Amino acid sequence: MSVASNVPRTSLFFRLLANDTGSRIFLGAIIALMILVPALNLLASPDSWFHLPSFAVGLFGKYLCFALLALSVDLIWGFCGILSLGHGAFFAIGGYAMGMYLMRTIGPRGVYGHPVLPDFMVFLNWQELPWFWHGFDMFWFAMVMVVLAPGLLGFVFGWFAFRSRVSGVYFAIISQAMTYALMLALFRNDMGFGGNNGLTDFKDVLGYSLRSDNTRAVLFVLSCLALVGGFVMCRTIVASKLGRVLMAIRDSEARVRFIGYRTDIYKVFVFTLSSMLAGVAGALYVTQVGIINPSEFSPLKSIEIVVWVALGGRGTLYGAVLGAISVNALKSYFTALAPEMWLFLLGGLFVIVTIALPKGLAGLGIKLPWPRPSRPWPATSFLRGSARDDHS
Amino acid sequence: MRLRFRLSMLVVLFAVALSVWVPQAQASALEGAVTALDARSFAAKSKAVDALEALGEPDALPALRAMLEGMLFREKASKRVVIAEKIGGEYKISDALSGAELGQVKKAKLKKVSVNNRLRGRLQLAIGSLALNARDAETRTKSARSLTKQGNISMLPALDKAIAAETEPSVESTMRIARHAIQTKAGNQADRLAAITALDGVLDQDVMFILGTLSQKANEADPVVRALAAATLASTESSGRFYGAAETLFFGISLGSVLLLAAVGLAITFGVMGVINMAHGEMIMLGAYTTYVIQQWLPNAIEVSLAIAIPAAFLVSGAVGMAIERGVIRLLYGRPLETLLATFGISLILQQAVRVIFSPLNRSVITPDWMSGALEVNAALSFTYNRLTIVIFTIVLLAGIAALLRYTAFGLQMRAVTQNRQMASVMGIRTNWIDALTFGFGSGIAGIAGVALSQLTNVGPNLGQQYIVDSFMVVVFGGVGNIWGTVLGAMTLGVANKLLEPWAGAVLGKIFILIFIILFIQKRPSGMFAIKGRAAEN
Repeated sequence: MSVASNVPRTSLFFRLLANDTGSRIFLGAIIALMILVPALNLLASPDSWFHLPSFAVGLFGKYLCFALLALSVDLIWGFCGILSLGHGAFFAIGGYAMGMYLMRTIGPRGVYGHPVLPDFMVFLNWQELPWFWHGFDMFWFAMVMVVLAPGLLGFVFGWFAFRSRVSGVYFAIISQAMTYALMLALFRNDMGFGGNNGLTDFKDVLGYSLRSDNTRAVLFVLSCLALVGGFVMCRTIVASKLGRVLMAIRDSEARVRFIGYRTDIYKVFVFTLSSMLAGVAGALYVTQVGIINPSEFSPLKSIEIVVWVALGGRGTLYGAVLGAISVNALKSYFTALAPEMWLFLLGGLFVIVTIALPKGLAGLGIKLPWPRPSRPWPATSFLRGSARDDHS
Repeated sequence: MRLRFRLSMLVVLFAVALSVWVPQAQASALEGAVTALDARSFAAKSKAVDALEALGEPDALPALRAMLEGMLFREKASKRVVIAEKIGGEYKISDALSGAELGQVKKAKLKKVSVNNRLRGRLQLAIGSLALNARDAETRTKSARSLTKQGNISMLPALDKAIAAETEPSVESTMRIARHAIQTKAGNQADRLAAITALDGVLDQDVMFILGTLSQKANEADPVVRALAAATLASTESSGRFYGAAETLFFGISLGSVLLLAAVGLAITFGVMGVINMAHGEMIMLGAYTTYVIQQWLPNAIEVSLAIAIPAAFLVSGAVGMAIERGVIRLLYGRPLETLLATFGISLILQQAVRVIFSPLNRSVITPDWMSGALEVNAALSFTYNRLTIVIFTIVLLAGIAALLRYTAFGLQMRAVTQNRQMASVMGIRTNWIDALTFGFGSGIAGIAGVALSQLTNVGPNLGQQYIVDSFMVVVFGGVGNIWGTVLGAMTLGVANKLLEPWAGAVLGKIFILIFIILFIQKRPSGMFAIKGRAAEN
């Protein structure tokens, strides 16, 4: 299992990118986007042809959040064979944690003007803040919870599931049950998360107005940085020895277990990490979109994430990002143009991608006359393993 | 004036005498008695009420009720007795007997028929006893119920007469309960004790209230009566709990049947092919829409259209299912997770197709008349006919599926493929054909489930979505490869859901169930009835 020995000991970052054209193109594109989008929005004069309207900055920022979410799903599905149909739950929990902070910062500027209680609590005649809302007036605490809350749920859920070797289709189904249960729970008004209206009407973050173009630009840059950071982290993991074990688990979990690895620990680790990543994506999403409600927990949304990854190309990381951005761009385009056609198109994508494009868009790219990677990334063997492992 | 009164009384008496033979005379006697309600003295009015009660004609009820409520008037000009209702500044009058409207008049044209408290009491009794003789059973039952609540001992003779005359058994039993309830309050001790004993096990709110009152020292002096009342109340309450539990169980089983209908097709396809068909809910939806379309063709023959819809839905959903298997799933063989995604895409397409073809709005399917209403065993236990129908339908369908699996060649081959695909293939079974047929069969059953569900809920594009998560839970909980696992899974979840509902609420109850299943999967990752042995390894 000594992988590092045959690779020259250069900086990890360069080692990661040295043989991966896709990743190099991807990182270049994101960094270019990070500079270009805010510049075209803020510096170009509003009349000029180059000017990018403010709503577009928010829209692109939203795509980047989805891309980070897709990255987190690709990390577990593409590299460890864990198909989660409930990853939207972690995204939404991160979003709710951020939303709670934003809600608390509204303070007395709400419609009812209560100094502490958010509007919906005043509306429900609540007298004091529920215990789980305490601390969210502090930014650092909210940031910790953005990572910790989804991470904790991911850890507990993963620990229960992987310890008892629930995998494949069964895992997919119970993860869907989890997000469905959470959706039902959060739709209830007395849960204290705003019921079906969710949390909205945010004013500012850390004192900067959410309506100003500068704040939006900064949030966009932050989303880019988070995506790059998440990408580098995932890339580091999958290139490490740990990553090799994960991929071995994906291809045949039973064999890895027989060799002597505690596969459940690896799976719990990567699943928890992935849910934290999804939580961060959710927090950035809520700040830019300005609303979070229980529909984010709906099973449909979680399955959509999986389609982004499948379309972009599983097990490549940049493919997931590509998939998330292209599907969402298509969605924005089609829901404006012909809303009734969108579901036909999305459904068709599900079918066509799984049948005709098992390697996704990233798989197409390899056929293009680009410089071939000297040592190709392990091919995304579309698993026969994990799902057919012990229990399915 | 006195003369007039006497004359009218004579007429009444004469009429009473005649009424036995001549209905025509009865009608005029009734008219005379109603006119007599407007007599000068209260004693005379009371006699008129007596006469009306003696006539036993329920037609007199509106007049008596109006009199009790101060709405009975005499029109000064015509000297008719009328019922008047105040509308704005004027009064709308109608005939006291026939109820025919007579127009609006000023207040000055009317003179109220006055009543005093004694007469009010007399009127109440008369109304009660007349209502006991009403022509429709519903009024009689209602009157008996109100007597249970607040009847007094003076009503007993009228009640006894009504019981003797009663032909409807259910009304008669209600009247008997009223009689016992009245008897518990007064009379000698032996009669009262007998009455209390007779009320044992009567699950009626009013009866239980009377027993509760009697068992308290403040209301009842006789300790023997008190003790018996308390004991009877306790036993009644415990039988009430029993019937309540039985009803909850029935609700649970009917919910379980719905879940089972939705899940059994899924369990079959998952068991045989190891793939989750996310479009399964849409197969249910297609079945429901088939019912709707057939009903549009045959709007006047609901039963016939349902009878046609069952095989039609099987064929429609089955054909779509086979098309999905041949067109998509076959190509994804051995990649269960991709199959899951592809079938989900198909489910989106089917939903949207239905939205475009029909409408995004719900369509209502008419249910036959015999499915509405309930079989009422007692106050605590009743079976609604639509639930009962679903339970019976599920049993029949399940028996059909079990027989098909057990006794036909197709069933045998299907079971063989479920247990060991490769071995079945070696033995000469064309497994890919079995796959296609199984998928068609499972989808067809989903279609039939759709026919059944269309009778319970609205038919809309999201119908399938509502049941898909639940069906998964049933399959995962029950385990695959065994139809009884699915049955037990569905029933357990249905009953557990209904047990949790009263104290946790519907939504929270469902959340608990989901959490329970997530935890259950930890213990038994392949459900309650997993296939054991070598076959389970792949």
